[in-house]
Amino acid sequence: MIATAGTLHVSIHYLVILPVLILFGASLVLLIASAMWRRTVPTAVTTATTLAASLAVLVVTYFQWRCLDKSGPSSTVAHAVVLDGFSVVATAVIALSVAMAALVAHDWAVRENVRGAEYSILALASSAGAVLMTQANDLVVIFLGLEILSLGLYVLVAIDRRKGESAEAALKYFILGGFASAIFIYGAALVYGATGSTNISSVSYFLGSNVVLHPGLLYAGGALLLVGFAFKIAAVPFHMWSPDVYEGAPTPVTGFMASIVKVGAFAALIRVMISGLGTQLATWRPIFWVLIILTTVGGALLALPQRNAKRLLAYSSINHAGFILVGVWAGTVLGNAATLFYLATYAPTVVATFAIVTLMGGLGDERHSLESYRGLARRQPWLGASLAVLLLSQLGAPLTAGFYAKYSVLAAAVDSGGVALALVALLSAAIAASFYLRWTVVLYAEPDDEIDVSRVVVPRGTALVIGVGVGLTLLLGVWPGPLAALAQHATVYFTP
Amino acid sequence: MHSSLWLSALIMLPLLGALVAMLVRRREGASYAVAVVVGVIEVALSLAVATMYSSHVASAQSFDFYSRHVISAPLGLAYDVALDGLSLLMVVLTALVLLLSLLGGRDQRREPAFVSWLLILTGLTMGSFVAHDVLEFFVFFELTLVPCYFIISGWGGAERARAALKFFLYTFTASAFLLVGILYMGFAYQHQHGGALTFAYGALATTTLSHSTAVWLFVAFAIAFGAKAPIWPLHTWSPLTYAEAPTAGSIELSALLAKLGSYGLLRFAVGLLPLAQVSVRPYMLTLAVVGILYGSILACVAKDLKRFVAYSSLAQMSFITLGVMSGSTIGVTGAVLLMFNHGVITIGFFLIIGFLERRRSSIAITDFRGLQRPAPVLAALFTVTMLASIGLPGLSGFVSEYLILIGTFTTHAWWAAVASLGVLASAVYLLWAYQRVFHGRAEGANADVPDASTAERWVLVPVVVLIVVLGVFPKPVLDRITPSVHTLVTQVAPVGATK
Repeated sequence: MIATAGTLHVSIHYLVILPVLILFGASLVLLIASAMWRRTVPTAVTTATTLAASLAVLVVTYFQWRCLDKSGPSSTVAHAVVLDGFSVVATAVIALSVAMAALVAHDWAVRENVRGAEYSILALASSAGAVLMTQANDLVVIFLGLEILSLGLYVLVAIDRRKGESAEAALKYFILGGFASAIFIYGAALVYGATGSTNISSVSYFLGSNVVLHPGLLYAGGALLLVGFAFKIAAVPFHMWSPDVYEGAPTPVTGFMASIVKVGAFAALIRVMISGLGTQLATWRPIFWVLIILTTVGGALLALPQRNAKRLLAYSSINHAGFILVGVWAGTVLGNAATLFYLATYAPTVVATFAIVTLMGGLGDERHSLESYRGLARRQPWLGASLAVLLLSQLGAPLTAGFYAKYSVLAAAVDSGGVALALVALLSAAIAASFYLRWTVVLYAEPDDEIDVSRVVVPRGTALVIGVGVGLTLLLGVWPGPLAALAQHATVYFTP
Repeated sequence: MHSSLWLSALIMLPLLGALVAMLVRRREGASYAVAVVVGVIEVALSLAVATMYSSHVASAQSFDFYSRHVISAPLGLAYDVALDGLSLLMVVLTALVLLLSLLGGRDQRREPAFVSWLLILTGLTMGSFVAHDVLEFFVFFELTLVPCYFIISGWGGAERARAALKFFLYTFTASAFLLVGILYMGFAYQHQHGGALTFAYGALATTTLSHSTAVWLFVAFAIAFGAKAPIWPLHTWSPLTYAEAPTAGSIELSALLAKLGSYGLLRFAVGLLPLAQVSVRPYMLTLAVVGILYGSILACVAKDLKRFVAYSSLAQMSFITLGVMSGSTIGVTGAVLLMFNHGVITIGFFLIIGFLERRRSSIAITDFRGLQRPAPVLAALFTVTMLASIGLPGLSGFVSEYLILIGTFTTHAWWAAVASLGVLASAVYLLWAYQRVFHGRAEGANADVPDASTAERWVLVPVVVLIVVLGVFPKPVLDRITPSVHTLVTQVAPVGATK
């Protein structure tokens, strides 16, 4: 930032902020269109816009990567936003998830007769927030991204106005989310007080070149930031909202939320903890240690008694959040790469899983008991096998992407001396295995005559999403090399 | 040095066979035919590999058919196969188990899926036995759980869901220790030597570890492999699982997959941590001796035939553990041989039990009586298998148990002395079981039990042949095993610590 004689010159590298501009722009276009157009904007148009925007973002990330290869990582807009490998890959993952979720939501909207452009407008805005979080290099910008992401989601959760529990879930999410945001911004203020800046690079520089004699303010600030993040990623004990919201939200929204919130929040968490507070590693690591043990083991144990597919997946995603935290805990290049790899494999898997759950929910989106899956694989082998593969991937079985995801974060932890941590996390995976397997068994069990055994209609868009999710899961399970190399390559370009 | 393509073919053939079996699933019996053809080719291939194997490969520590391809450097993942005297017999056993369980344990409910799972399981098990990279071994080892799980839960008995889950969770939990141990060794090596992350067997063997670390790693490995083998007290999944699994599943589990446990213990725990082994040895030997006695006692009181074999297997597998941990070339050679012999004997037992189950739809020992009169051939075949298991001289079980006991005696005499009670005990429970099932007066349904059909007799022929041949003339086999075992055992010499 060069301030001269009252004028402010800020150089802006537009390529960097293009993904946010595209997503937000598409959202605005749809908003204006729906206000100007006399009739309701057809769902096909809004979905097509979302798809076009996310594809455009994917193309942009390709050019960003080329730019990165040529001139290395850089920051722009007064160092508030960065272009580095981590942000580029995370942006691409978000774009992919948005596109997949949009297709699922389209088929859902047609089935449920939910009209209007609201879903697309809000989803695009939310994803713009998530992308902003992956690029943000300033606590205030992270907060901005977080709020844009969350505000869209609060409304999306309640988008099916006819359902009482959706409204209830939205209210719960909104109130707790509001608290978390307030805590986060207060943490940012305290860090500003301790270091004199909210810019992450400046914070890092300050902490690297000064000895903080009275670190109380800094620690309090860091802790509050962490609480804000822990809420967003649903780490135990800040997870209470997640099962209710997962269950109450319309299923395609749940899938969308599960994928992009994780990517955005973890990207920003890494930015704050590793880039900003990396010098304080020894201080925050023990806290993470406890958080990880609680999250992995808690998520797995609490999932055991669940009989509802969406609640089960909520707890399973808590368990996954614990695993991803293991990568952050490592605090090394290897750990960051592992976190990125985990996010990149987890996001498509979870969107595809929720796509199947959406289909199984049937008209009214209500059949979510595990019993309704009985014999699915016998009636519809492809659909059943797809779900089995996705569940096995979340379990961490080899030859699926989930195995290498778990493997890479655990490897990073062991490399940093976290043998006990890795072991506990893995044992929690063994607990988690039992509920994934129970579900898989139900899929392959003899169909029950009393339950309605009508075939589930698989619309083309959702079928494509499931195909992409399963395909990626298997492809990366057999051949993880390129993505692992990309993740490591991306982390080398990480702006310190 | 032979081409590694042979080993790759052994892995890929069953996997491709599974694919073909699924493609032809619409035609009645076609999948089964495909599977049998694959089984025959697999046995032929494995025998060819076993014959070609040369233990005198220069500078490769008696590994043959070796090649290594890195798949992903950041993950340290590689495709790396090799064969030596330890894995040689296991490769043959894997192929044999596939063929015999297909022929003798045919299950016509949803047959295409069943044979596909069996073929997949065979490919993966083959992969575990020829894997020369520790991480690659882990991937194959862990993957075998999936087909096993589906075979048990899809085709098992009344309590199949519980049995399958128990089996899966036991092994999955235990292997968590293995993965963390492997990762620890990989990074320890990388930190010492630099370069890319690698889990190559030869590389990890040169990692320098402090003694206490090595002991902890050994314990972690022993938990993982002990749950699989099983080693007392980690055996509690096995009776339920063996009893609930379909015949082919029981054969795969006890004849083959249990060997992954003892093989892993020998190859990775003893092989990679030779010095820790010396400290841990007395404890492991004690567990083995307890397992022998405990398994023998419970085999006496088992209520059904599959549980009976499960407990007698526990005793036999504990003999293998005893040999593996004996620290003498003779003892370890005996253990490697017993892995194969016990596999063959167990195939025989479970096939015969499967035949009995077909006839009477029951496996409870009390339901049988006096079968010798209506089914003399079946009784004779059971007798041969049983006598081999007891360790009658001239049959295969004798050679291996004898080698184990001698080997252990030279290093740990007291343990060997107590363990030899197990030989006696095996005679007690086996003869008693034989008496209850085959002797006495056959009444009611037992009187009309048909004798073994021609097909059933032919399936058991290879079992009997192997039992007799390896009992009388084990030399060619021992010649192939011993050099590799010798290399492994002599690592404990002080040079091994710094090498």
